[in-house]
Amino acid sequence: MMENPNSMNALIELRGISKHFGEGETRVDALRDVTLSVGAGEVVGLLGPSGSGKSTLLNVIGCIVEPSEGWMKLDREIVYDNQWQRRDLRRLRLEKIGFIFQFHNLLPFLDSTDNVALVLHLAGCSKDEAEGRSVDLLEYLQAGHRKHAMPAQLSGGEAQRVAIARALANRPRIILADEPTAALDSERAGIVMDLLRQLAAEQQAAIIVVTHDEKIIGRLDRIFRLRDGRLADEGEA
Amino acid sequence: MNLAFRDIRHKLGRFVLTCLGLSLLLGVVVTMAGIYRGLVADALVLPRSVQADIWVVQGDTTGPFGESSRIPGGTREMIARIDGIVAAGSFTSQTVQTKHNGRLLRLQIVGFEPGRFGEPVNLVAGRSITRSHYELIADRKTGLAIGDRLELGRDVYTVVGLTQGLTNFSGDSVVYVTLQDAQELQFDLMPPEARREAARGAERANTDIVNAVVARISPNIPVEAVAGVVRRWKHLSVLSEAEQEAVLTITVIEHARHQLGLFMAVLSVVSAVIIALIVYTLTMEKLREIATLKLIGMPDRTIIGMIVQQALLMGVVGFLAGTALVAAVKDWFPRRVVMEPADLGMLFGVVVVVCLLASIVAVRAAVRVDPARALAG
Repeated sequence: MMENPNSMNALIELRGISKHFGEGETRVDALRDVTLSVGAGEVVGLLGPSGSGKSTLLNVIGCIVEPSEGWMKLDREIVYDNQWQRRDLRRLRLEKIGFIFQFHNLLPFLDSTDNVALVLHLAGCSKDEAEGRSVDLLEYLQAGHRKHAMPAQLSGGEAQRVAIARALANRPRIILADEPTAALDSERAGIVMDLLRQLAAEQQAAIIVVTHDEKIIGRLDRIFRLRDGRLADEGEA
Repeated sequence: MNLAFRDIRHKLGRFVLTCLGLSLLLGVVVTMAGIYRGLVADALVLPRSVQADIWVVQGDTTGPFGESSRIPGGTREMIARIDGIVAAGSFTSQTVQTKHNGRLLRLQIVGFEPGRFGEPVNLVAGRSITRSHYELIADRKTGLAIGDRLELGRDVYTVVGLTQGLTNFSGDSVVYVTLQDAQELQFDLMPPEARREAARGAERANTDIVNAVVARISPNIPVEAVAGVVRRWKHLSVLSEAEQEAVLTITVIEHARHQLGLFMAVLSVVSAVIIALIVYTLTMEKLREIATLKLIGMPDRTIIGMIVQQALLMGVVGFLAGTALVAAVKDWFPRRVVMEPADLGMLFGVVVVVCLLASIVAVRAAVRVDPARALAG
């Protein structure tokens, strides 16, 4: 496999990624020949109308859905290479990818600290180490004062900060955010986006934000627009 | 970090209520097993209290507990003379119904010969019968006390002694009277009928009949050797103590045993379905959380463990609470409930298996959850 010379610093690299569901008359092409790369420290947006393939692309990059064709490399590791697929995608997600959801998706039966610590436990950290790092992360995201609060006791903004802390717990190089500001007012949405930009810069992470929110587009480095499964446009935000 | 316990702690009230409902259901299963054991215990307590090595009964019958058995009263002397017999006594049994202080009593009347083998030995109050007539020894469950007077047939008897825990297989309390009194109760005609028989010149019927002869054999003599001698009399049959118990447990209470066994099986299936439904519902409510856990890299085995732990905890808590509840109220049941540790152990095993089976549906649902569901809006 030839290395793409333009993507030496890319953390997310896709070439010719296609994904179809079904066969024959029922075949649906969700992604068609998508090629893109996102470098360290970049915050890029993924835009497009409903059914354009944004979710499928996010699922492919998040190692949830296997592409039908194409080549994908995450943090310098080949994940898909046409017929070949890396076997332990769960471990890859745990170690390299952080997810931020539209609705925080915090586990309702764990407090803020334990929601963050759970990811560290899964990665093999000791109890003390996981708790310490979780509290540090919550402090860093200015949610330390809510470290013992249950998700139901948190405001939307606080819950999203805890969710971001969980996404960052394993120091992932790739962060995938699915409509992270959809449930927030414009002020809090701005704060979350600033936070993501700060994280990308400080931790040299690649962040992809799927959004419909025009207000936050100005805070993105680049934008990928999808239409009918194809990358229709790429450019500055 | 144990997610199963955290989840339960988060919704403790609902978990407690679920366990409470389950405990009532499993308590009924435990009660059924206890009632079955109680049936067996009730059935065996009377023959065991006699402590006979052999029961001599009417030929080709299973003896007084299984069917009608009548043998001549003189049989006791015949048996007592057989080599190896240490002691022998006549035995009659019949069920009567009478009233005491306006309360209906169903009693198992046992006739014995005072001073001979078969006399009740474990009195908890009072004395044994010393007079030939109209004294009785009652079980405490009858509610009778020493000195109480009870009408049986045409006569009034005085309670002189008390036993405890002596019942027949129907749960009726045992009352001991002398053999003569028992024979009169069983065979004497009512006065008008006796007068009619006398008027037509009929001879007075022989009432020196007993239902069985009970005997103790010398420890040095094999039971079968003595039984072989008795069987030469074609009108007699011999049952060892084990055979007598088998008649009671296998023949007499067989239908009740099957009935209770069927109930237990049905209730176990109902419990399994209910546990499965509860665990499945709890899992379906958490599908988004499960998808999130999968997405962030939690292995399937940890998620399966969480579901199975919750199902097991629910079953174990329900079983323990149900057992404790039955243990607390069993003495108020009209029939004896005997909770054998072996039965409880077996039921516990069944509950564990039922919980594991019940969680299969929920586990399948959880394993099939697509991590992408966490990303869905």
